[in-house]
Amino acid sequence: MCLGIPGRVIETFREHGILMGKVDFGGVKKRVCLDHVADAAPGDYVLVHVGFALAKIDESEAHRVFEFLDSMEQLGELDEIP
Amino acid sequence: MKYLDEFRDGRTVKRLVRAIERRVTRRWTIMEVCGGQTHTIVKYGIDEVLPDDIELVHGPGCPVCVTALETLDRAHAIASRPGVTFCSFGDMLRVPGSRADLLQLKSQGADVRIVYSPLDALQVAAANPTRQVVFFAIGFETTAPANAMAVAMAARRGLTNFSVLVSHVLVPPAIAAILDAPDNRVQAFLGPGHVCTVVGYAEYEPLVLRYRVPIVVTGFEPVDMLEGILMTVEQLEAGEARLENQYSRVVAREGNRASVALIHEIFEVCDRKWRGVGAIPESGWRLREAYRDFDAERRFDVKTIETSESSVCISGEILRGLKKPHDCPAFGRDCTPDTPLGATMVSSEGACAAYFHYGRMAQPVITT
Repeated sequence: MCLGIPGRVIETFREHGILMGKVDFGGVKKRVCLDHVADAAPGDYVLVHVGFALAKIDESEAHRVFEFLDSMEQLGELDEIP
Repeated sequence: MKYLDEFRDGRTVKRLVRAIERRVTRRWTIMEVCGGQTHTIVKYGIDEVLPDDIELVHGPGCPVCVTALETLDRAHAIASRPGVTFCSFGDMLRVPGSRADLLQLKSQGADVRIVYSPLDALQVAAANPTRQVVFFAIGFETTAPANAMAVAMAARRGLTNFSVLVSHVLVPPAIAAILDAPDNRVQAFLGPGHVCTVVGYAEYEPLVLRYRVPIVVTGFEPVDMLEGILMTVEQLEAGEARLENQYSRVVAREGNRASVALIHEIFEVCDRKWRGVGAIPESGWRLREAYRDFDAERRFDVKTIETSESSVCISGEILRGLKKPHDCPAFGRDCTPDTPLGATMVSSEGACAAYFHYGRMAQPVITT
């Protein structure tokens, strides 16, 4: 939970006034709060901590970090279904 | 795997290791604070490719490991109550309390659910208005924006069946506590890159000045870590103590301003007890008075519980950088990921789990 996981924004929507979105993490789609990367739009890559996006990152960085986390077996939290 | 291959370029690694070798003239002890970095070091054998004069010691940066036993026991008491749905990050389920763990309580009939995010726990509360939904809000600064947002949203939506058991811990006071300890031997720190993505690194600057200790904010991939170690060694050898940022492609000095503002709206600094380490002044966050209605400790009157810790486990000394997992007599024998005596063997960020997982069963024999 301490390492941010990069994913690609696939849609954005407002929920009770907060900017939310669906983010694709290597095929696993999660509901993510995008409110603090306010200009996030579909196609952008974001660094997400436990369902909360904290920074936009570029695509090659996103792919590399995702593959690295995968190699470290640090993506288990994505398997949790609420 | 083309992206990873580019970054793990063997030539870059060799160049960095050689640069570190050229620079080192004496023994240095460097601590990496973040548990994710510990795993990178152990998996890629970074400590083994470095010159013998550089010792890396592992820090307390595993939130699951340092969550106080009292808090864990309180969580277990709340989770066992009828009418409660207790939501937690998966890592917490097998952490031993004084009497049980959350997984055992679940098998005994408690409604314990693993969630990916506190915002998912909020959805559970909205969908189950007759249940009291409690989220176990643990973590360092990295989980704080999500936890704060869950509370802010619960307040905005008027969700009266949602509360949080807060056990937030902060990195800078832990660094100060390590440096204040009379038996400390850490001379420099690799700062936690992802914590700093959230809150920035301005709070580390006073530590550098007060303790004259180099801190280099560092990423968690092998090349990042070697660069961070090189920058640290250069400062140590030059007798300097500065704050540097190796991870500038992700981390800004001020962090994420909106997140920092939200965290301070919901939380305030408090003293916090760390498992294995003890009480550290002003080392945690708790809910501000205005949000105490969402405080599970207030909502569920849990009486003082007598705690009981394993007498064999040395996780406290490991978390303070004084010992390594294979110094423990129980490591890999009585204590394994299937039969953990301490949290450092459970968490995916724990040092004992890393050593076990990557086969570091004994102190490496250095042949000369």
